[in-house]
Order: sequence, then C-alpha cells, then structure tokens
Amino acid sequence: MSDERHRVATTVNGTRHQRDVDGRLLLSDFLRHVLGLTGTRVGCEHGVCGACTIQYDGLPVRSCLMLAVQADGHEIATVEGLAGKDGTLHPLQQALRDTHGLQCGFCTAGILMTMTAFLAEHPKPTEPDIREALSGNLCRCTGYQHIVEAVTLAASRMGGRR
Amino acid sequence: MVTRYLGAPITRNEDARLLTGRALFVDDVNLPNLLHAAFLRSPHAHARIKSIDVATAKQRDGVIAVITAADMGDYWRPGPLLVPPPPIRDIVFNQCTQVPLAKDKVRHVGEPVAMVLAESRYLAEDALADIVVDYEALPAIVDLADGLKPDAARIHEDLAGNTAAHVRQTKGNYAEAVKRADLVIKRRFVYDRGASSPIETRGIVAEWDGKADRLTIWDTTQAPVVIRNGIAAMLGLSERQVRVIAPFIGGGFGPKIMMFYPEEVLVPWMAIKLSRPIKWIEDRLEHFFATTQERGQVHDAELAIGRDGKIIGVKDVFLHDTGAYDPYGLTLPINSQCTLLNAYVVPHYDSTFTAVFTNKPIATPYRGAGRQHGVFVMERLLDIAARQLGIDRIEIRRRNFIGPDQFPYNNEIIYQDFAPLEYDSGNYGPVLDKALELIGYDKFVRDPTARRTDDGKHVGIGVVFYIEGTGIGPYEGARIQVQSSGRVSLATGVGTQGQGHFTSFAQITADQLGVDVRDVDVVTGDTDQFYWGAGTFASRGAVVAGNAVNEAAKVVRQKILRAAAEHFECAEADIVIANGKASVAGVSERAIGLGELAQRANPLRGAVKPGTEPGLEATNYFGPARGATANGAHAMIIEVDPATMMIEIKKYVVVHDCGTVINPLIVEGQIHGGVAQGIGNAFYEQLAWDRDGQLLNASLADYLLPTALDVPHIDSAHTVTPSPLNPMGIKGAGEAGAIPVGALFAQAIEDALDLPRHGVEILEIPLSPNRLWELIGPHLDKKEAGSP
Repeated sequence: MSDERHRVATTVNGTRHQRDVDGRLLLSDFLRHVLGLTGTRVGCEHGVCGACTIQYDGLPVRSCLMLAVQADGHEIATVEGLAGKDGTLHPLQQALRDTHGLQCGFCTAGILMTMTAFLAEHPKPTEPDIREALSGNLCRCTGYQHIVEAVTLAASRMGGRR
Repeated sequence: MVTRYLGAPITRNEDARLLTGRALFVDDVNLPNLLHAAFLRSPHAHARIKSIDVATAKQRDGVIAVITAADMGDYWRPGPLLVPPPPIRDIVFNQCTQVPLAKDKVRHVGEPVAMVLAESRYLAEDALADIVVDYEALPAIVDLADGLKPDAARIHEDLAGNTAAHVRQTKGNYAEAVKRADLVIKRRFVYDRGASSPIETRGIVAEWDGKADRLTIWDTTQAPVVIRNGIAAMLGLSERQVRVIAPFIGGGFGPKIMMFYPEEVLVPWMAIKLSRPIKWIEDRLEHFFATTQERGQVHDAELAIGRDGKIIGVKDVFLHDTGAYDPYGLTLPINSQCTLLNAYVVPHYDSTFTAVFTNKPIATPYRGAGRQHGVFVMERLLDIAARQLGIDRIEIRRRNFIGPDQFPYNNEIIYQDFAPLEYDSGNYGPVLDKALELIGYDKFVRDPTARRTDDGKHVGIGVVFYIEGTGIGPYEGARIQVQSSGRVSLATGVGTQGQGHFTSFAQITADQLGVDVRDVDVVTGDTDQFYWGAGTFASRGAVVAGNAVNEAAKVVRQKILRAAAEHFECAEADIVIANGKASVAGVSERAIGLGELAQRANPLRGAVKPGTEPGLEATNYFGPARGATANGAHAMIIEVDPATMMIEIKKYVVVHDCGTVINPLIVEGQIHGGVAQGIGNAFYEQLAWDRDGQLLNASLADYLLPTALDVPHIDSAHTVTPSPLNPMGIKGAGEAGAIPVGALFAQAIEDALDLPRHGVEILEIPLSPNRLWELIGPHLDKKEAGSP
C-alpha cells in the first residue's frame, strides 16, 4: 500500500479544515476521528443503515461509502451544524423531541441529515412521501411512527419554508 | 404529594444532547495514545486449531501486539456462568461458557482466535490478514435433531453428547387428564428468531491510569455494575479500582446484557499490560457472529381440550438451540416453557425441553427472550382447536382466560427468576374487548366485501393475546441529592439504551420533591456514581429502579419537611413543598428554596444534633418478591397479494396493560419499537445458516431489518391493572410489543388466504414471501393466485 498522504481541504458546517490523510480513510472516520465531529454515527459501514448520513454539497450521502479525499473542495454539513448558534433547535430537531421521535438516538443524526434535505425539496410532504424518504434510514427503537409524525410536524411549523 | 408528572407525556430530558450530536457513545471516547484492537475470527463453524502463526503480523508497522490463547497464561479461562439453572427437580445442565480466545478448537464462525493491537483500526485490520491459522475442519452441528444423534460430532468433547440441558416441569397430571379430552391436537411448531441488530454495534474502551492505579472502561453494556465486579475480580483489582461507564448506548435489546464477551475481557487486560488505552468497536459483519442472538426452537406440542372449548391440558416437548456455549443458563427455554401457558387456565401441563449445543453463535435473551416461542405455540394451538370445535377464535380465548378474581394465579412451575410462576394481577377481558373495538373486528367479519380488494388481494384479520413476565429482581437502587443550586441529582446503577430513564426517573423524583422535571439530572450506568445494581433486562428498569427512585425520593421529601419545619419552627404537617421551595401553608412569603435548605443541612461550622446526616440526600433500594406480569392483545388487518405473497398491514392495534404508566409517550414508543422488531421476526429477519454453519446473509443488505415502509401506523391503547408487587403498581413494558407478533402474522395470513380450507396451517416463524409461496402456492388455484 502506498504511504502517500493526500491533502483534504473541506468546509464542514461553515468552518474550513485542511488535513493530510491516507487515501483509504473513510469520510465517516475523517469527520469523527480526525475532526472530532462525533455527532455523525457509524452503524454498518456498508451503506445500508443510514446512520452516517451527512450532506455533501447539500445532498444527503452515506459518509461510510465515501473517502475523505472526496471531500476535498466540497461543503459538508453534519448534525453539529443544524441548531442555531444560540442553541435553537432546527424545526425537525424540535419536532423529534416533541413527538418522542428518538429513543437511543444513534440513528437520529442520519435521519436529521436525510430528512432536513428532504424537507428542503418537499416542503409539504404526504405521509407516504415521508415514509419513502425515510426508508433508507434504519431505526431499531421507534418503529418509525413518531419520526413520521415529527417530519409532518416540522413541515407544518416551517410553513413551506425551505 | 401532588402528581404533576407521573402519568404525563413529558418530552425527554436527554433529547437535546442526542439531537445535536453531543451525546457521548462509546466510539466517541477519544484518548491520547489510543491503540485499536481487531480480532481474527474463525472462518469455520467447527474445527480443530492445529497451529497459529502470528510472526508476520507482529512485524507489520504500527502493530504493537498480537495475542493468542497461548499468550494469556492464567488469564485464559472460560467466562462465568451468568445465570445458574433454577432449582427444578432432576434438572440436567452442562455448563460450557465462552472462552476469551479459542484454544485448540473453534466452535462457531466468528469465534475470536487472535487479537491484534495497532496504532489505528486500519492497521490492526491489515495485520489480521498476516496471521496464518491451520485448521482441521470438523463436521458442523447445525440442525438440532442432528446434534442429538448418537454419532454426532461432539462440540464439547468432555461431554457425552451435545445436550446442554434437559428440564421437565409439570403441573397436574397430563397423562391422566388427556383421557378426558374430547379433542387432542398435536402439531410440530418451528419458531426461529434472529439478531437484535441495534444500530450501534458493541464496543469497549479501556484506560489504565498508572498514577491513580485505576482502570476506566467505557462499555456498551446493559449491566455496568456487574462488569465492574467481574473485571475487577479477573484482573485482581479491588472493585473501587475499576470504573465502568455505560454512556449513551445505541440500543441494547438484550445481547448487551450478555456479559464478559471475549472483547470485554481482553481489552481491559491488555490496556493494563501495555499501559495504553485501547478501543475496540465491533463492525457490522462481526456483529452477526460475535454478538449473541436468539435462535430456533422446535416444539412437538399437544393440546387436550373439551368440546366446550376449555383447555384440559398441554403437553410440549421442545428442542432449544443454545449455540456453541451456554453462559446465560436456561433463561430462554425457561421463558418459553413458562410463557406458553399464556393468559389461560391450563389445569395440566407437562413440558420438557432439551437445550442443544450447536456450532452457531451463542443464544442469549433478545427482546422477548424466548417468550415469543411459547406464545406462538399456545396461540396457534387455540386457533386450530377453535376451528376444529367450531368455536370462534375470540370466544375460545375468553373461555380460557384466567378470571380477574383468580389473581394471584399460581401456575405451579418455576420462572426464570427462580420464583414460582405466579401472575400478580390482570383483567384480560377488557383488554381483548378494547382491541376488538379498535380493530373493528365485528364489522370486518360481518362484511363479505372486506375480504377481497378490487385488485384481487386477499384480506384477513388476526387477534392474539399474550402475557409477559416483567420486572424481576433481585434489586436496584438510587441515590437522590438536592444540590445547593436547587437542582436535584439522581444516580442509579442501571444502564440506559434509549428507554428514557433520564425522564421517567426524573418524573418520579420531581413529583416527590416538588421540583420541575427539567431540574432533575439523572446519571445512569456509571459505577463511580452508583455502586450497586444488576442491570437493564427483563423489562425491569421502570419497575425495579423506578420504585427504588421513588423510595429514595420519599426519604428526601421527609428530610425536606423536617429541615423546613425546623427552619420555620412549625410542624412538618404545615410545610408545603412545591415549585422548588418549601413553604409554610397559607403563608407564601415564608418560603425557602430547596437549594438553600440543602446548604443549611450541610453547615461548615458549629454543632449539629447527634445523628444528623448532612445534606438532603437519600439512597434506597427496591427488590420485588417476584416479577410482575403484564398482558395485552395485538390485532391486525393484513392484505396479501396471492401472486407475489407480498403483504401490506392495513391496520395494527395494540392494547396492553403494564400497570401504572409513568410516561405514556415513552411507553408508546416502547410498544411501537417492540412491534417493529416483532414484524421483523415474523416476516423479514432470518439468519440463514448453511449445512456447514456458515451464515449466508451477514449484512444489512441481506438480513432485512424493517424499514419505515414495512412498519405500519400502530394504534395503541392501555388499561391499567396495578401490580401489587411494588408500591407504584408498575409492570414492565419494554418487551411486550415484540412478543405476540409471530402468532398474529400466522393467524391473520391464514385468515386472509383462507388456508384451512386448503388444508394448510402456518406452524412456523419467520415467514417471508418465498416461504409463504412454498407453503401455500401449490394449494391455491390459478384464479386465487391472481395469475396474469
């Protein structure tokens, strides 16, 4: 294996980071263990569970299926950037709390990053739309019902805002 | 005491940390100088180890150590027996617990053979490929009946065969009673369960502080106190030298109550030896082998019943797959044996099981913990009996219910907590009535158009009943302290894996102490914060720890009353505690904040009365005499596409009785999650083993966890029959949702496809479209199958 290191310059939640990393370093490990942004969770490392979902130039992606070097020159958003600087929760974070849409909370960051992107595209979603969008994120605790309620509630509170 | 929070749907105190990514999970622990562990695991289900060569691995850059069983000296020893067999007459139990690293022989795929410690996880995993193990493959025991054949390969060669246990429990005299039966139904039932698959896999971090002579362990365990005690003993440390922290845990569901996994024993040991912190995080592939699972049972069951639909007796002989080792004793098959009796009067019962060692990962409790198997057998037997006797399936259940005036009801056999299986309380009829009402049973069965959709799908209805033994002992404890800030701190020994303890325990405390629920800070799962406890299992957190919290809070309340009465020089009866203050009734300006009262109770100078305890603090414990028995009914309407055997759940109803409810929002969440796991078990999740003991679907792409498209909206309701076994009247709710779903699927799918008319019965779980097609396809005519 080559010992060559690669420069990664990326913006995460609005902050610029520059690091030299191994070519094989996963983006999920880069965020969690190099940058210390541990809010992104790793559940399966084969792209099924969705816990590690982040936003890559605004689109939800599995960070366990990407390499850190692919973040070079791109903008990343993680769960740590969702709430306001004053601590005000994002409407979906607040709705998840209000509806008891999380239990152990391990899948929650991935669900937030998937569904905030979804809400930006679908400000007035139906329940089947929500379930379809959510179906790429596994939750083993909630049975999804309260998460679906939370997304519905957040959409109504956001009043069609993106 | 004014109840403001108990019984209210309070949103959770812990959510802000979880929602913003701040909550600490084990893999978030990052320490300077951290080493990473990886494990070489057996590719064979059953093989002799002829040699292991780690020389190349040791030379790889970044590798610090490679350990095999031969390097372990006296530290190599089989794990403890976690649950001894209950005191049942003539019981046979062969104890064979797991070992930290395989020596001489491997007994299941994934059993650890060597541990690599390296500067990064990537390097540690690279080095695994450098290790050469010479195996001599042995025949694998996969099938239970095969394992008991006289010429079967022996998994544990010091035993005469592969029998792990043999237990018979009886009530009455079935052999005599069966002669009086009008009908005897005999069937073979096969019930398999899979992997709990929490989204967070297991993990452990250990750090030895040589200056303080202390070991700190962050562990994804449901039982931090027991891990602390066990690891301290194994390492020759005092318990005070070991701190185990179970921080936020990403789902437990049972397999994280299995204790002294190989990694849990090895990582702390090497952290001390190398004086460097070590982390191991299980990957998802490992999770399918290295974490315990539940598994199959085969029941040959017989129901003796009268023409009137009343049960005369049940005889059941079953095999239980315990996997390669049996560290968790007999909890699973005992739960199956006991829960089979379900909610019914069964005058005569004769149940025998044989637990069998197989070359598969270890089976230990997973949500429901063997209860599913028993409920499935009984519910199916009643369905078949109802059909053969021409009695409605609802009516036959009613005729056999234990009546509300028959409690406490003694089933005359021994339960998993070693106490007699005695149901504390219940009132089953109204629970069933409510479920029928919510599902619209009468309307559905009377409406001939309800059974077929316009596009040719078949529609059926199912209704089943279950009970769940919950809240068993021995005990839990809690310490509550009013801080000088006025906030209240609460510590308990149980760990939390998403059950909302930071909120439900705060609710109990807030009501007793008259403070805001947001002002109660709960710590769970840190052995430095609370010394004693057993752990989170058997739906016992709210019951046992919840009552301990209540008892401790009552003592603190008394201390507040006494301190305030002294302060205001009035009678305790005149003191009112509310809004974080103690005041004199009717004189609102004579009030003192609890924080100030706490400071006054901890004077820095001067004298105190003899016997004074400082502060406003109390520690208390609660241990129930036996478990509390919850119950409930599940009902659903299901659509089956006869061409594809794909299903769609149109309506799902749960009515349950778990006694006093602390927080209905949390209980509802527990029910939803349990049902989702039950649906997975019933229709999506099956661990597919081949004849060599290889798991063929060890990925989440192939082992299907239900998604948001598979789990329907669930309508739930509850009735409340308090438990007399604890002061708060609580029964557990954690496992209830998962227990009867297999039985419900079987009944509802039979109903949808009118299978009895075709001579087909569903006697197994899990199902799947493929399996349904195999069972049913040949019996359907072309028109019904919706052929194009």
